Amino acid sequence: MKRISKILICSFAVLALPAATADILIRGATVHSMTSKGTLENTDVLVRKGNIYRMGKRLSVSGPDHVVIDAEGRPLTPGLFAGMTSIGLTEVSAVDESVDNALESIEISPMRPEFDVTSAYNPHSSLVPVTRIEGHSFTLLSASPSSSLFGGQGRMAALDGTYDALFGEPVLFINIGGSAAGVAGGSRAGLWMLLQQAMDEASRAPEDNVSPLLTSRGRATLARFADAGTVVFSVHRASDILQVIRHADKFGVKAVISGGAEAWMVAETLAKADVPVLLNPLQNLPSSFDALGSRLDNAAILHAAGVKIAFSGAGSHNARKLRQMAGNAVTHGLPHDAALAALTRNPAEIFGVEDHQGSIEKGRPANLVLWSADPLEVTTLAERVVINGIDIPMTSRQTELRDRYAPEQPSMPRAYIKP
Amino acid sequence: MTWQMKLYLATSCLTASALALAEPFPSTYAPLASQPTLIENAVILTGTGERLEGASLLMDGGKLSFVGAGDAPDDALRIDAGGRWVTPGLIDIHSHLGVYPSPGTWAHSDGNEMINPATPNVWAEHSIWPQDPGFSRALAGGVTAMQILPGSGNLIGGRGVTVKNVYSTSYQGMKFPGAPHGMKMACGENPKRVYGRDKRTAPMTRMGNVAGYRAQWIAAQKYRDDWDEYEAKRAEGDEDATAPTRDLKLETLAGVLRGDILVHMHCYRADEMMTILDMADEFGYAVSTFHHGVEAYKIAQELAEEGVCGALWADWWGFKMEAYDGIQENIALVDRPEGGCAIVHSDSSEGIQRLNQEAAKAMARGQRMGLDIPPERAIRWVTGNPAKAMGILDQTGTLEAGKMADVVLWSGNPFSVYTQADQVWIDGALVYDRADPAMQPVSDFELGQLQGVSQ
Repeated sequence: MKRISKILICSFAVLALPAATADILIRGATVHSMTSKGTLENTDVLVRKGNIYRMGKRLSVSGPDHVVIDAEGRPLTPGLFAGMTSIGLTEVSAVDESVDNALESIEISPMRPEFDVTSAYNPHSSLVPVTRIEGHSFTLLSASPSSSLFGGQGRMAALDGTYDALFGEPVLFINIGGSAAGVAGGSRAGLWMLLQQAMDEASRAPEDNVSPLLTSRGRATLARFADAGTVVFSVHRASDILQVIRHADKFGVKAVISGGAEAWMVAETLAKADVPVLLNPLQNLPSSFDALGSRLDNAAILHAAGVKIAFSGAGSHNARKLRQMAGNAVTHGLPHDAALAALTRNPAEIFGVEDHQGSIEKGRPANLVLWSADPLEVTTLAERVVINGIDIPMTSRQTELRDRYAPEQPSMPRAYIKP
Repeated sequence: MTWQMKLYLATSCLTASALALAEPFPSTYAPLASQPTLIENAVILTGTGERLEGASLLMDGGKLSFVGAGDAPDDALRIDAGGRWVTPGLIDIHSHLGVYPSPGTWAHSDGNEMINPATPNVWAEHSIWPQDPGFSRALAGGVTAMQILPGSGNLIGGRGVTVKNVYSTSYQGMKFPGAPHGMKMACGENPKRVYGRDKRTAPMTRMGNVAGYRAQWIAAQKYRDDWDEYEAKRAEGDEDATAPTRDLKLETLAGVLRGDILVHMHCYRADEMMTILDMADEFGYAVSTFHHGVEAYKIAQELAEEGVCGALWADWWGFKMEAYDGIQENIALVDRPEGGCAIVHSDSSEGIQRLNQEAAKAMARGQRMGLDIPPERAIRWVTGNPAKAMGILDQTGTLEAGKMADVVLWSGNPFSVYTQADQVWIDGALVYDRADPAMQPVSDFELGQLQGVSQ
């Protein structure tokens, strides 16, 4: 009787345990910790209750409920950043009703910094598995500017597919530059004029005879960000970047540059002001008059000057391209470690979530990717992915389509092949 | 009328007739001056599916003299590749450089004549801005030739043109001698969005799309027959036969029916591609290539049997409904059947710079699902296969004696993110050298910008 109840308890435990509490032991990996410990050869990593429990040599697990993965020396990195995206906010870009990352013009109050995309987040979007099985464990849900210089607010999301995926502090998105000037009377000087007016409103309600830019919620939102909140400014031109630094200081916000095609031209100033840059390292064409200085070694120059960089700009559906982009940055002068940091530790630190993502460290949530080879090489594939301690199934809608069409002469219609 | 006058008129008529027959807007491209150049000790991917180790090739007089081993003349410039890799110049079958150039301003946005769903009368070459900085970036990526196409807003978008990637003040100076024109057509969402949804005119649906193409082909068949009849009468000595009125739209379509112009069809969904193949049978023409073909993997066998190529991306998907079923194995699966013709295309000023990396990603995905795709096979996706689909395989696209010496020397294995084109030759002339800024072209637009900024 005693023995039976023990077995029952045991099986109950196995059934009831959520995946994140299963022990995962990764044996013999080349661990890119992205901490001061650097790269650890032939190292085991034990994940328990969703966190990194131990790292070392010859670790063992006991009990029936665990997963053992033999890395055989292959690289293990923290889960990668997927960039600023609308993953979980967009299913098909050209299907309007599946897109929730931008607020179109609404009559009352043209500026709505209080708009927050995170309430639209859907962890069951097909983009979540598509992105995470390529080694990306977190993304910054961003609010895209549409008819206002304020895009609104977003937050970090872990690509674990849960309803509790959001983490970190809110981030505000502001669009600056030639393409944004259209919402500010046609001049980028108008952008600063309106932004100043909005910040004034945030600190004191407008007088009765002035038509306000903001709602009371908008004022409260901006007031909150004026207390050292993180604001992402989408901006390319060097002179505009200097304006961002100046105004951010005045407004009391912590600025992050997104885009920054000409950031290399003001690298020293960015480093001195401790303003990080999210950039697309493939941008080497003068795609607009704001980006005449685009060049492939932008990332290398910024890094050498001491600017903290992270990679972004591969969009939402193809966020998995960021890894290739990072590899190209290495080809154009960025040290390999720095490129890996720009996909892991740096974006986590820039947005204050380094306790959750971006490194492999004892006690922190387990966000891990085991790679077939060098993670920045285009022929390398992610083999295992762990997000917040969950051993992620390496399937997506795309792998199922692949497996449906892989057989060459099926006897039944492919609708009967359900991988 | 004096005999002199008669003679004069006769001569003028002859001249006018000869002009009408000659290709308008002819190529003025001429190979740049070159010296015999021997590349030795290289890994050569020939583009025919072969890989030659420790091999050499000789470029002489703009052509490849030998590939593999042979004797070089005494005055040949000798380059020791030191084990670096050599491939044919890369070819992008789907580019909008020049017609949607950088910077992307309204003033230079010249790729889509969206005033009528059928505009076979427009030619992409008349929109090309030869100063697009994108040409120089593509050259640094080893691209030696490309087809520049109109956009996909229309059912029939117009003629595409193949160019050599050599800067010139005119597009005629880039135009690939002897390359056939392409004709751009489009399936699916774009035409029905541009016309049905946005303008409330036909086509509004996919069935409207097909009705729209068929009406054009019916008119084109009659036009072709009228001209054939006229030519036959003339050939029989009928001096009174009157020529049909020239129609630029029908002239292009009749060129397709005659096989002189190659159809490049923007089409995403498998079922639509099957409809188009039936339509081509109905009117007696061939589709050269389906472009984008995000669902081409679903009909890989059918495409191979029909001899139709798929010009595809490695991983783009999801930007619209018809791109929702994209998979990263698409290229490898289209390549799989006997006779399969997979092509990596860019449709992008960024993608065209890294066709080798896009091919590498597709190769890795195919290998992961167990397909045997070595680099010598995958390189065909960006060299021989696009050349075949563009009708220029007899001139370029592979490294074979007698062909144009369009050659790339890479810093290493081109299927690596860390590899760059070290040197690029077009018709045997060195046109790009990564180590020599003097051999890196700069477009007029970029010259003199950002004065005072230390580079």
